[in-house]
Amino acid sequence: MRVYFDYNATTPLAPEVLDAVTRSSADVFGNASSIHRFGQQAKATLDEARSAVATLVGGDPSEVVFTSGGTEADNFAIRGAAEALEPTGRRHLIASAVEHEAVLNTFKALARRGWRTTLLPVGESGVVSPVRLREAITTETALVSVMHANNEIGTIQPIAALAEIAHEHGALMHTDAVQSAGKIPVDVRALGVDLLALSAHKFNGPKGAGVLWIKRGTRMQPAMTGGRHERNRRAGTENVPAIAGLGVAARLARGKLSAEGARVAALRDRLETQILATVPGTAVNGARDARVPNTTNISFDRVEAESLLIALDLEGVAVSTGSACSSGTLEPSHVLKAMGLPAHRTQNSLRFSLGMFSTDAEVDFVVGLLPRLVEKLRGLSRKVG
Amino acid sequence: MSRMRIVVAMSGGVDSSVAAALLRDEGHDVIGVSMQLYDQSEGQTSFGSCCSIDDLHDARRVAAAIDIPHYIVNFERQFDEQVVSNFVREYAAGRTPLPCAHCNSDLKFATLADRALGFGAAAVATGHYARVDCDAASGRYLLKRGIDPAKDQSYFLFSLTQDQLAVARFPVGGRPKDAVRDYARARRLPVADKPDSQEICFIPDNDYRSFVEKQLPGGPGDGTFVDERGRVLGTHEGIHRFTVGQRKGLRLASSTGTPMYVLALRPAEQQVVVGPRTSLEQTRLTASGVNWIAVEPAGSVQAHVQIRHRHQPAAATVRSLGDARAEVVFDVPQIAITPGQAVVFYDGDVVVGGGWID
Repeated sequence: MRVYFDYNATTPLAPEVLDAVTRSSADVFGNASSIHRFGQQAKATLDEARSAVATLVGGDPSEVVFTSGGTEADNFAIRGAAEALEPTGRRHLIASAVEHEAVLNTFKALARRGWRTTLLPVGESGVVSPVRLREAITTETALVSVMHANNEIGTIQPIAALAEIAHEHGALMHTDAVQSAGKIPVDVRALGVDLLALSAHKFNGPKGAGVLWIKRGTRMQPAMTGGRHERNRRAGTENVPAIAGLGVAARLARGKLSAEGARVAALRDRLETQILATVPGTAVNGARDARVPNTTNISFDRVEAESLLIALDLEGVAVSTGSACSSGTLEPSHVLKAMGLPAHRTQNSLRFSLGMFSTDAEVDFVVGLLPRLVEKLRGLSRKVG
Repeated sequence: MSRMRIVVAMSGGVDSSVAAALLRDEGHDVIGVSMQLYDQSEGQTSFGSCCSIDDLHDARRVAAAIDIPHYIVNFERQFDEQVVSNFVREYAAGRTPLPCAHCNSDLKFATLADRALGFGAAAVATGHYARVDCDAASGRYLLKRGIDPAKDQSYFLFSLTQDQLAVARFPVGGRPKDAVRDYARARRLPVADKPDSQEICFIPDNDYRSFVEKQLPGGPGDGTFVDERGRVLGTHEGIHRFTVGQRKGLRLASSTGTPMYVLALRPAEQQVVVGPRTSLEQTRLTASGVNWIAVEPAGSVQAHVQIRHRHQPAAATVRSLGDARAEVVFDVPQIAITPGQAVVFYDGDVVVGGGWID
């Protein structure tokens, strides 16, 4: 049996998405900027996808800007806002310490160019407290960027409360919704944000398509300069097949959000409960109440996550430790570190993330496997020779 | 050989790549593992500093070419604690270290072997040119030279224990280097024509002196050159810059015009003792950390003894002093017996044992 429990890394395509990508690759080759019928057909495909995304996040289609994915959307949000607000003297940026690297490393890049940056701490729950934002924010703050749901532990952040504070101080609010969009209800008006990033391949869409939702009237510098695509906000010929797939994925996700959420949550909860019950020395990292329904992050005492991950893979089970780096080796998780977990727990934790094709049989298989693998690795953790 | 799961330590070089391919072609369940040993990302202090080293990518490409799973494991901490620190400490103590031997016994056949067992593997293979045999009479595992004399690496493996040798596999040890390259080409491995590595892997630009200086607490200590009678001949910038037998870079002119060599390093006084080549000749050495692979001799044994990687083994009498120590007396004097290097005792192709020169 091969089990894929790494849906937070990426997801397989929904059959309807595959169909849409294939069809538009074959039939809709026109450039959406062209005036002729070929171009019009491509433009219509984009517009349809734009509407589907707008419906998914509760915004207007004119506010949807297609990007190459979540990382570009986060870069665009932060750099675009920072540059647009620079002349006003707002040179301060705030994010949480548990953001994705797309945000953290963009902050670092801007810090090297003179912006002041603040990372908000989180407690053991992994949640950002609005109190901490109040302490950090000033009238010089240009942007507050806090992810909607965390990629490693799934924790949902109190975005609406944070956005209110940001706006009281005249700052923009961005949220990286890459791990929440398509999994839980995301409503840009209810969240009160100005900017929101999402990525198609996290909810059964294709890779290479993402969105930055920009609230109408928000001043932004364009992410890319070039032609007049995406209302002058993101130059470059649109990736029509991938965007068509994104649109279908958004419509599918929206259609069965609550039913699928409940189904996956039941699987996740059973996986989690049974691991805790059958493997001694295990604990769940982060708050268990406010989480996306598909994610659990579990630490295994006296086991290196790297070894357990490989041992599971050799048995056909794919999981992860959060973010892998370019060489593919594992670093202690910056998220678990920020939550104040002791060093050993930042290096012995695994993330299980489920999704569309996950089944009860897969949960049973993993639960049946883990006690034996963990016991074996623990038996070997003494030094040899 | 019956089919078994074997972990191959893949460096991205041709030897370990062929080792993996050979085992795969014999029908074994092969898992490629590459060790990330040091952080090569330069200057960038990033969240999750990690690197994409070309060699690791080569290993990955080879694994894909022969269709085996491949993982990169992070041994930065263990490598630093077990190999790099020792390397720096040895230079600071006036000795000339041999990090590859430590890496083999303390990392590849210890930490990595440990992991391999956790993955259900029965053996650990590397691309070393050496062979392992089981001696039917004694029941002991024997380490032997690789059959290509120019490539033999048994010298770097002398400290493997019986437990480690029991799981060690050296698939290329029974082949000449040319045959290994031919196999790589025939198998269309992407590293078939990659040059052999010569340098110490963690030393940038082959400049070990700068590396040691950066790692030394308090920086390098200046000191003096003295002759055999203790007369000061000049000053130097730290004893770690010198190795016994070294001639180049001393910038000393002897009064008689004969070339000067480093004879000894005295860490306590930060002194480098220099003298003529004849003074480099010695017939006796003692070694510590001795590992007897064949069997510990009751009295003394005759052996051919190698004191450097590229040293023509010399006839000698080897005597165990107990307590993992040994004494070696050569039949004829040897040039530049260097503290910190390995001394390995051979009986023909068989490694009787070895230790670290005092």
